[in-house]
Amino acid sequence: MLIETAGLRKTYRSRQKKEEVEAVRGVDLVVKEGEIFGFLGPNGAGKTTTLRMLSTLLEPSGGTAMVAGFDLRKQSAEVRHQIGYVGQSGGTWGEVTAREELVMQGRLYEMPKSECKTRAQEVIEAFEMTDFADRKCKTYSGGQRRRLDVALGSVHRPKVLFLDEPTTGLDPQSRAHMWEEVRKLRERGTSIFLTTHYLDEADALCDRLAIIDNGEIVTEGTPIDLKRQIAGDIVAIGVNGRADDASELLRPKEFVREVEAGEPDTTGAVTLRLYVDDGSAAVPDILRTLDGADIAPSSIELHRPSLDDVFLKQTGRSLREDKS
Amino acid sequence: MKLLRDTWLIYKRQMGLVMRQPTWIFIMLIQPLYYLILFGPLLNNLPKGMPGFSNGAMETFVPGLVIMMAMFGTLFAGFGLIAEIREGVIERMRVTPVSRFALLLGRSMRDVSTLIFQAVVLVLLSAPIAGLTINWGGLVLMLAIVLVIGLALSAASYGVAIVLKSEDALAPLLNTITQPVLLLSGIMLPMALAPDWLKTVAKFNPFAYAVDAARALFVGDLSNPAVWQAGVFLGALMILLVFWSGRKFARSAS
Repeated sequence: MLIETAGLRKTYRSRQKKEEVEAVRGVDLVVKEGEIFGFLGPNGAGKTTTLRMLSTLLEPSGGTAMVAGFDLRKQSAEVRHQIGYVGQSGGTWGEVTAREELVMQGRLYEMPKSECKTRAQEVIEAFEMTDFADRKCKTYSGGQRRRLDVALGSVHRPKVLFLDEPTTGLDPQSRAHMWEEVRKLRERGTSIFLTTHYLDEADALCDRLAIIDNGEIVTEGTPIDLKRQIAGDIVAIGVNGRADDASELLRPKEFVREVEAGEPDTTGAVTLRLYVDDGSAAVPDILRTLDGADIAPSSIELHRPSLDDVFLKQTGRSLREDKS
Repeated sequence: MKLLRDTWLIYKRQMGLVMRQPTWIFIMLIQPLYYLILFGPLLNNLPKGMPGFSNGAMETFVPGLVIMMAMFGTLFAGFGLIAEIREGVIERMRVTPVSRFALLLGRSMRDVSTLIFQAVVLVLLSAPIAGLTINWGGLVLMLAIVLVIGLALSAASYGVAIVLKSEDALAPLLNTITQPVLLLSGIMLPMALAPDWLKTVAKFNPFAYAVDAARALFVGDLSNPAVWQAGVFLGALMILLVFWSGRKFARSAS
């Protein structure tokens, strides 16, 4: 196992009040060699805190973790040699060039000077940075800067590279580019542990993922396995008034596995989520039933389960509502 | 060995960044000249026999000026660090195996280097501009005191910057602490002019010894007790501050 944690915890004591804040409450997870592992969750769920603990930046309050064969808490110096980490704010200085930063990074990892230079050139080519590698970092676009950040994390060929929200704030094209870079890194033998609050990113990029909320892992598995937890389809019906009557009517139907009612929105409409075996067959029946009771749905939507549905099912909240 | 190597690595990077800013070098040189040209002439017209000025006006003023430069030149080093913290540079380096003390010492040594450069320029220019007589042996020892002050205060500034993480909080805090330290050091006017109670308070200010020592060294009085007192008190303060700040770099610079 590349990473294995048991009961990893982090509590903060807030400065104003004396109460303890539990940022991470006992995380158990396993990351295998060669994987792209994703940590999916809303802001404030404890993703970054966990990542910072695993990369030796934060001391855990409790629990144990093995990273790349070393004990995180007792052998942090050895762990540092094996890992790379790219934080949300990157870490490049505007007045120096990408090449200088790459050489410096190699030197920080105790690589000999000449090797640092050849390795910097290698990385510049691999990440397609030749055009701007000798310009000052402050002239880079967001996507270029992010590419350099990830390149810096991989200069010393780490066994595992931690990426904290690698594509947040990037335009769609740069995002797609970043996904390619991450896949290429994995092909070259570096496992990836990334955090994201983008559902499509977790779905498309990760081999396996854990969904985290409120400092706890809610569920984990491959994206396909997770979506399979929600067998069948989901029919979402918007009802304006008499939502309770509607769910009473629909719940006993044999094709309905479960009905969940959301909170009323600003117009007073309530969305009922029906988990059904076969969505397309269920829709006409649902409409007939509601029509018979004189309830007019304001909207109806049928979709295959997504990771957002998994999240919603587990936590009762939607990741999409998390605007920030 | 690793500490030395890493400190050199960080120092080289930081010095390279200073050298790329020609305006910054110009500012470093012009600042002490302001004092020399705009304030120094006032002292030349002091009545003869003022207490504390027996060594001569310039020989009293310039050493004080050098110590003041040492204090204020390094005290605000933390501002640059806050910018680096914000950009994630410190975090990025803390994930590498680099020595945490080197992250501090490399930066402090940069501050001390520019400081000593400024001090030497100031003293050398004081000779033709203000008619100062230079004692070379004393000058070397005084630069050693400048080095200790620079290390101590830049380390303090970095440590406080890591704790506060905000420029808005850093500036007033540093000013509040340094104003009394400056006034009690006898830099502006010699403490010989002070009433007894103020002299007693000043005895607890290590920087007052630095000013006394610098003045003694300037006239070649190398065996003046203020010299070893300054060395011991400031040396102890420096070791304390460097260790405190180094721990801050290791623990929570994010």
